Formats: sequence, structure tokens, C-alpha cells
Amino acid sequence: MAADLERLRQEICRREEELSELKQRLADMEKKSVEDASDGTEPKTIHNGNQKLTNDQIGRYSRQLILPELGVKGQVKLLSSKVLIVGAGGLGCPAAIYLAAAGVGKIGIVDYDEVEISNLHRQILHTEHRVGVSKAESVAISCRNLNSSLNFITHKVQLSSDNAMSIIRDYDIVLDATDNVATRYLLNDACVLAGKPLVSGSALRFEGQLTVYNHKGGPCYRCLYPKPPPPETVTNCSDGGVLGVVPGIIGCYQALEAIKIAADIGTPLNQRLMLFDAIDCTTRTIKLRGRQVLCPVCGDNPSMTQLIDYEQFCGARATDKDQEKKVLPASSRMTAKEYQTLLENGIEHVLLDVRLPVEMEICHLPHPALNIPINTVKKDPSALVEQIKRQLASSGIPLDTSPVVVVCRRGNDSQLAVQLLHDSNLNIRDIRGGLHAWARDVDSLFPVY
Amino acid sequence: MAVPITLEFSGGAELLFANQKKHSIELPGSQKWDVKSLLPWIRDNLLQERPELFMQGDTVRPGILVLVNDADWELMGELEYEIQPNDKIVFISTLHGG
Ligand SMILES: [Zn+2]
Repeated sequence: MAADLERLRQEICRREEELSELKQRLADMEKKSVEDASDGTEPKTIHNGNQKLTNDQIGRYSRQLILPELGVKGQVKLLSSKVLIVGAGGLGCPAAIYLAAAGVGKIGIVDYDEVEISNLHRQILHTEHRVGVSKAESVAISCRNLNSSLNFITHKVQLSSDNAMSIIRDYDIVLDATDNVATRYLLNDACVLAGKPLVSGSALRFEGQLTVYNHKGGPCYRCLYPKPPPPETVTNCSDGGVLGVVPGIIGCYQALEAIKIAADIGTPLNQRLMLFDAIDCTTRTIKLRGRQVLCPVCGDNPSMTQLIDYEQFCGARATDKDQEKKVLPASSRMTAKEYQTLLENGIEHVLLDVRLPVEMEICHLPHPALNIPINTVKKDPSALVEQIKRQLASSGIPLDTSPVVVVCRRGNDSQLAVQLLHDSNLNIRDIRGGLHAWARDVDSLFPVY
Repeated sequence: MAVPITLEFSGGAELLFANQKKHSIELPGSQKWDVKSLLPWIRDNLLQERPELFMQGDTVRPGILVLVNDADWELMGELEYEIQPNDKIVFISTLHGG
């Protein structure tokens, strides 16, 4: 049954890709036949008196063509423009689909990652049966379904110092739709070195930020942030959470800014920063400093003339995926299976869950737990040690024999908690791999978030 | 004469201030206040936790952008900007997610 389901999913996926390829071929052939016809004695364009747009294009883009600011001139510019989207996620999806809808001639998508089910609440161009498929490919398939007349290029690689320049070179405008600090510095420097404007968006929780770097005398990312933030101050969507529509809104704004720059209309957001707060439904646009003459990459005498090692510069990996920490020695840890045995043997213990209350509501282990979030543990560990001791004492359990078991989502915060709560009188350990390990190794029906 | 001003924290910086984004405060005393003296005042009087996530040395930590009346503080003199009554000073933690 499970194998049948999987086979069916793969079959649907394969056929979608095949269909997408066929559509691209049809589009290419249609384009060619139009060009061939215009070589003949009776050019097709004579019917509409327009040398620049085909009848199909006029029909498709009519509602934006009649905007005086855009017009035929702007549409022709869009059709000949090349935009690169780095990141096929919560920002990249809405950006890509609006660029495709507007008729940006060549759209490149960079993403090394594959679609996961937890992406779908915000990465709206992917689908349930494309879980496991390349995100770049998935975005291209969806965009091609909307507008098959365009040229979509997928770059299924992790953007790096080695490949960034050669990828960016072929485009006019770059969208930063990435999810981590190291890639943001890399992309900034590459765009400065290649002389491309960078439309930068970001989102977390209920907030979004948007600006255009390296454009018309405005600053670059480094002009604003010469030093990278300390890694412990950086929160990703997987830890901090994000409401899907928030990157959706920011991604739409990124498409809008790219369209304005490509068609050369309106006032771009260079040297300004737009802040969006979904909770209050407010936007604020503020004036930024100009290009900094002392900037190491875009200044008057730049010290950086080629790309560097960005993971080293930021002290953080170029991914928003969680890294497994190894803080504790094996003797201070137990496996999920060992905890299961402890439960089955009815051994008295204190279970400390260091996740947020909102996470406790999603799921929790089948034993009453003391719920103290890790940030509260950090504030006053010794008070918590006393609280645990009191709880053990009131149950009449000897301190040193009964275990204190700490759990969190993935087994990182629980290690920090064990470290903070270290006390010679407590037998305290964490569950290696946290609730994810519990779901994987003990209870396959336990939810994973 | 105390100086009434508004402080705002966003982009996650508000989490260091009991999740409160807006603060109306009065800077005490008769001396002149600049951003340089405001920062330690905020740290000592408003900050709820982990000062190292707000300040580094005598300035804000990397990754926090300061606005003075809706303009980048770099345009206003950064630490030397002299605070006026009813100013709005905003601290924005840069977002990186997508
Ligand atoms: Zn710069």
C-alpha cells in the first residue's frame, strides 16, 4: 500500500515534469514559427502595426500594456529582461510567479534544496506530490504552467563563492530570497562585483523587511551591516516560526521592485528600507544612508575584489537547516528508547520540557512534565535546580537516584539546559534527539514539527 | 527637565524588552542626552534579559539598525546625535529568514 502510494506520487511527479517540458517545447516552436513568418513576405506584425510585440503577447499582457507608465516600451523591456531569484522558498515562490505573470523574459531560480511538507504553508508554488523534488524545478514547473512563453533556467546548486559570479553574470537583476546570513553577504558582494541591483527581502514571525541594494547610489548590504550579527542572535523560520502570508507579501514586493527596475518605471526602493508588521498591519519606509565611501566592497577603494569564505566570515553555516549540537558527554544523555524503558519500568523521575508553552500544546511526552522554556532556564538556573529538588523531596524520592530527564524538540536546547542545571546532587540527563528521536525510534504515531 | 521620547523595538529586538514594542519614557535629569548615553540607560532601565544581545562595547550589537525619527542614524550623527524632546528612536533587528 505504502509502496503503491509512493509509486503513484513519483509517477505524477514524473508526468508533471514531462508535461512542463512539452509545454516549453511547444512555446519554443510557437516562438520560432512567429519569427519564421515574419521573415516572409507578409510579416505577422503588419496586422497589429507593432514591430515589437506579437498578437499573443498583446493579448496576454493587455491589462498592464494599457498602463501609460508601462506601455509597449515597458513590456518590451520586461520581455528582454533577465531576473535571477536566489531561494525558491517563502519569498522566492510569490516573486517568481508574479515575474512570470508579468512576462519577464528569462527567469533563473537558484536552490539546492528539495521540497518538504513543512514548506508548503508558505512556499506556495510547490505541491503535495512534489515533496522530495528539487525546489528550483518545482518553481519552474509552476511558473511554466502560468506562462509557458518564457525561458526558465534552474540552478540546482548551493550558491557559493565558486559559482556565484558565473551564475549571476547572465542576469540583469538579482532577488535575494535566501534564508541565512552567510548567503546574504555572499550575494551582496557578488552583486556589487558584477554590478547588478539586488532586491532584498526577508521575513520572520509576523514581520518583513525589504530594500534594494547596490542601485543608483544607494548602499549595499555591507554599507549597512559591516559586521555580521553574532550567530546566537540569528533566528531562522524553523525556530522562530513565520506566518506564510508574510514572506508572501514581501516576495510580491520583491517582484514589484524587480519589475519597476526592469521596465525602468517609478521610484525604486534604493536607499530606503520598508518594514512590514503584520500584527499591527503597518508599513514604514525609512531613509537609509547612501553608499559608504569606506565600504570594503562598494566603497571608493574597495579592499574586497573577489568573493571570500562567507561561512567563516559569519561564523555560521550557509543554511537555515538546524545543526545538531554536541555539548554533553554521552554519560549525560539517554536515547529515546532508554527513556521508553524508564517509563515502562515505572521509575520515578522529573521530566523537564524546555520548549515554549505553544509547543507543549502541539504535542508532549506521555508523562507529566515541568514546562520551563529554555530562555527562562537561562535566566535563573539555580532557582530551577532548587525547584526540582523541592519537587523530588515532596514526592519522597531520594535526589541522587531518581533521574531528571530534560527534553526539547530536537535535542539541542535540552543539552544547554542540562549544562546550566548541573548540580552534584542531581542525576540529570537529556533525551538525545528530543521529540524527533521519540517519534522516529519509539512512537511512529507521534507528530513531528 | 526630563526629556520625553518614544522608543520602539522590532524585528525580534522587542523580545529583549518583555515583547513590548513601544515604550514612552522620560529621560531624567537636566543634562543633555545623546544616543551614546541613551544606550546604557536603556540597558539598565528597560532591558529584561541578555544585554549582550543588545549592546556590544558602547554601541548596539552588529545586526541592529537604529533609526532616529524614521531616518537611518548614520544620517543623524550616530552615537553623537543629541536627543530632542518627543524624538522617536527605533531599534530594528535585521531579519534573515525567507
Ligand atoms: Zn557597500
